[in-house]
Amino acid sequence: MTVQHASPAPDTATRPHSGGPPPRSDRLRLRGWSRADVAELAGALLGSFALTWLVYEELTTLSGGLGFVVCWFFAFLVTYWAMARNRLGAGAAGDRLAAATVASVGLLLVVGLVAMLVYVVAKGYHALRPQFFTKDQYGVSPLAKPTAGGGLAAIVGSVEQVGLATVISLPLGIATAVFLTEVRGRIGRPVRLLTDAMSGIPSVLAGLFIFALLILSHVLPQSGFAVSLALTISMLPTITRTSEVVLRVVPGDLREASYALGGSEWRTVRRILLPTARNGLITAAILGVARVVGEAAPGIIDAGSSPKVNWNPFKGPQENLPLMIYEDIKSSVPADNIRAWTAALVLVFLVLVLFVAARAIARRRPGGTRRPVFRFLDRKGPS
Amino acid sequence: MTVVALKAADQPAGRPPAALRAYDVNAWFGSHQVLADVSLAFDPYHVTALIGPSGCGKSTFLRALNRMHELVRNAGLSGTIELDGVDIYRGGLAVMEVRRRIGMVFQKPNPFPTMSIFDNVLSGTQLSGQAVPDKQGLVEKSLQRAGLWGEVKDRLRSPGGSLSGGQQQRLCIARALAVQPEVLLMDEPCSALDPSSTRRIEETITEISSEVTVVIVTHNMQQAQRVSNRCAFFLADAGQPGHVVESGPTAKLFDDPEDQRTLDYVHGRFG
Repeated sequence: MTVQHASPAPDTATRPHSGGPPPRSDRLRLRGWSRADVAELAGALLGSFALTWLVYEELTTLSGGLGFVVCWFFAFLVTYWAMARNRLGAGAAGDRLAAATVASVGLLLVVGLVAMLVYVVAKGYHALRPQFFTKDQYGVSPLAKPTAGGGLAAIVGSVEQVGLATVISLPLGIATAVFLTEVRGRIGRPVRLLTDAMSGIPSVLAGLFIFALLILSHVLPQSGFAVSLALTISMLPTITRTSEVVLRVVPGDLREASYALGGSEWRTVRRILLPTARNGLITAAILGVARVVGEAAPGIIDAGSSPKVNWNPFKGPQENLPLMIYEDIKSSVPADNIRAWTAALVLVFLVLVLFVAARAIARRRPGGTRRPVFRFLDRKGPS
Repeated sequence: MTVVALKAADQPAGRPPAALRAYDVNAWFGSHQVLADVSLAFDPYHVTALIGPSGCGKSTFLRALNRMHELVRNAGLSGTIELDGVDIYRGGLAVMEVRRRIGMVFQKPNPFPTMSIFDNVLSGTQLSGQAVPDKQGLVEKSLQRAGLWGEVKDRLRSPGGSLSGGQQQRLCIARALAVQPEVLLMDEPCSALDPSSTRRIEETITEISSEVTVVIVTHNMQQAQRVSNRCAFFLADAGQPGHVVESGPTAKLFDDPEDQRTLDYVHGRFG
């Protein structure tokens, strides 16, 4: 953006306040859009629209909304670049072009996300009643209204299954990340390779693996816990790799300071490394949860749906939210189709609540009273 | 509460400063030798300054003295280093015990960012698994010895990172002193600080020299003259490992050195 005066340039000879701070009207606007910038942008948008209209709709036989928008976008970029080049020169024009492209892509992404959210809310909100959180679908007639019954079975299942999966994979993932960053043994490379390969495993495969390994061999019954194990397979690589990146950016001089004070490796990890990386590790947990909370396949294979709420994740079929969405959207009962959207809305809402809660935990200040979890391991004499 | 400089006799339960001796120390990074046959003695109640141009192995030598050198991958070492007559590499001392007894202050202040000032001072005792019966007393005493107590006594619970650079460095000194080391190694502790903070740290060094043996690496000739009793001049010729050209009482090294290169260096004619 160009530097410009908010008012006509003052005559230096008659400037009234030469000693004190410059008066308000004299301040330069160092940032922000000048009138010429805005005019140029609007002109480029309008000009390229007109040009595209002429070529696309009038001169050629092309048609279709999406094609028009794409052509308009590229015509706009060219026009905008040419106008900037005319006024500001080639360097500034290149900057403008890059800025316009990056801003457009960002805008497209935001528009897409917002559109999806709005769509889910619009489709899901009319059948959402408080009883969606307190009742299940057990005994609800196919002819009942969409508001009859509720999604308690699916909510309980999702929370328990994802919760159990997190409880299993968070310590495992962080421990693996500590191994990769701190121990750096010879098997570090294969472990990292394996973790990367694991992150590519589709959740349906993870579900089948647990089914073949544990359920067919009668080690586990079909249950929510079996789903948790399948989700763990998907979650572990995400948590491990994110934690590893986070632990790697902890400054090396903090480790050195700890060792120079006579700290053992374990106490350095426990008292310096993990607390310093705490916020990042919470992010790792969030990403892990986000990775699996919408997975329907393990639920279909390892637990099976159940209209009745099942509080026990270790026995019997247990519904979860993605499974409910899947079952209800393919149902031939119209009321079920509407419930699927309500369940989708609740799923999005659940994730949102989780993210906000995690952010709130991450915002605690240093020096607060935190209870060491592994205190019993620290209470040893110098070794 | 008035700040009192503690004498060696006032120090409760702490050990007296120890003698540290190095014989024929050679150090490598991979196949590249950075130190050749360094033998130096550090006596109790003395401050020894290691001087010399950059890249001559002073810091490497300092890190070999408390077994921090081996934290670098591919690091190699030969020779003998003795703490009060006990070989710190072969004498059966645990590496953590060696580092606790031979403390270190780094070039850049590095207080632990997640901890308050209070917890930072106590961090060493926790990391090395020492039981502390009187935490408040230890924190106060350590901060007093580092000359920081008066400035922070009303905000011990605020984060260590909220202090100025010079205060952070004195916090790191307090943290190092809280584990009752017998030797304190300082690797250019003032190079990131302003002149008035530097002066405070130098005063602190002089005060604590009655309680710990101090070894300090410095690029500042005036600082070496102000704080040290003894000096060792390191030099590395192009492509050659660093070695000690001359060592002895500071006054002698600065006023009447035996080697022409020492005279040239301390008077700023090269390096």
